[in-house]
This record gives sequence, structure tokens and C-alpha cells, in this order.
Amino acid sequence: MAKLSIKDLEEIRNKVKKTAMLREGISNAKITVHMGTCGIAAGARTIMNTVIKIVEESKRDDIIVTTSGCAGFCSKEPMATIELKGEAPVKYSDLTEDKIRRIFDEHVLKGKIVKDYALVIGSEREL
Amino acid sequence: MEELSLHILDVVENSIAAGALRIEVNITEDATNNILAIEINDNGKGMSEETVEKVLDPFYTTRTTRRVGMGLSLLSQASEESNGTFNIRSKIGEGTEVKATFQYDHIDRKPIGDLKSTFIALLTSYPEINFVFTHIDEDGTFILDSNDL
Repeated sequence: MAKLSIKDLEEIRNKVKKTAMLREGISNAKITVHMGTCGIAAGARTIMNTVIKIVEESKRDDIIVTTSGCAGFCSKEPMATIELKGEAPVKYSDLTEDKIRRIFDEHVLKGKIVKDYALVIGSEREL
Repeated sequence: MEELSLHILDVVENSIAAGALRIEVNITEDATNNILAIEINDNGKGMSEETVEKVLDPFYTTRTTRRVGMGLSLLSQASEESNGTFNIRSKIGEGTEVKATFQYDHIDRKPIGDLKSTFIALLTSYPEINFVFTHIDEDGTFILDSNDL
């Protein structure tokens, strides 16, 4: 049985503090992890925690990490949307830790869309 | 969902969608009385009695992106499968209380799982929301209030 200890709580506090500091900067990129029931069941929490970790490791203070609900493509979960300032959002599907790391390195940091994993470009509401 | 901590994440996302600014998650592991209880209380917009009645129907949802709503139905099923109970109390304008109990030593009770990951995901994604997580077991009581962070 996983139990929370004081050490765990300290770890949570330190992690959240670091990310909260990151948020105070101006944002140039936004990573949205889809956390509907379908996303969570498919592994969105692992993706979210990986994103938090890699953003922290990158020491970039202009990346916002947030969540959203179901996008309507439940079978494609876990999914994340990457938005770079001034560019159309890109939805990535069937994510794993390795895939989101590659997407972060290539898309978020270098601005190059990872076509292998991209599901759609642009917002479905605009169609 | 393989872990109760994932159900917690899911139900808390409902609270956030309902506009809650304060969300309490209480987890009580009472091995002596053989009960595990999970309570999620929020001050979101609440639901009408009619909606509360329909909320456990997987084919009822308030969302428009799809026509099924599984979150609460799955938690209710998880508690039923382990000889537990499930209750929702809600009032429009005041908030919602969800309480699920489980027979602690039931063979089908899902493990609590990685609560830490659930809390980190929530605290990081929603810094504007006041979360109070309480975890009680025989070793004592742990309380994490996001206002103290």
C-alpha cells in the first residue's frame, strides 16, 4: 500500500514550488495534457508528471503546463496539445513518456512539429 | 482505472469543471474497522436533484464532446465491486460531496496507488485552486493544504 510520508509531502511541495515559479514568466509555449476520464484511464497522469519533470529540467520559464478535459477522441488518449506563441495548436495522440519527451525536444524547444505522432493541427472548434 | 488515486484525479477534475475554488480530498484507511473511505468535497456550482439522480448513468453527461460520462459511474462501480457504498450530495450554488467506501481487505478493492502523482498533477495544473488533501491511517494524519505551499 502506497502511503504518503512527510518526505513525500516535502517532495510535492518542492516540485509544485518550482513549477509555480516557472509560471510567473511570460509564456511562449503551452502544453495541455487532456485529463478527461478517458485520458486518465489511458495514462494521462504519467504524461502530466513527465511533462512537469521535463519542463523543470529544461529550466525554461516561459512554458505553461495545464490540463483540459476530453477532446472527443477517447480512443486516441493519452493526448496533449502543444501551442507555440503565434502558431496553430497541434494535438498529439497515443502518447507515451518517450513520445512526449521527443515532442518536447523537437516541437516545444525547436519549433518543429513531430509529424509521426501528430493527430491534427488547429483547433477542432474552428473547423 | 487501475488505481483509486486515478479515480480521485478524475472526480477532482469534475469539481474543477464545476468551477470549484476549494476542493477537499479525504482518504481514510481504517483497517481495524475494515473500511477505506474516499471523500471529495467541493464548492463548485453544484447539481440539481434531477442531475444527481442521473449522474451514475454512464449514458448521461453534461458535456458535448461525447455522449457518455463514465467518471462517477466507474468510481461507483469500483466501490460496489468491493462491497462498499457510494453517495453524492449536491446543492446548486453550494457544491458537491462525493463519498465512496470500500471493504478494506476485499480481494477486488483496487489499490490506492500513486497518490503523490495525483496530487502533483493537480497542484501544478491548478495553482489558483485551494486543495486540502487529508490522508488518515493507523500511522497518523497527513494534511497537505495548497495555501501552505
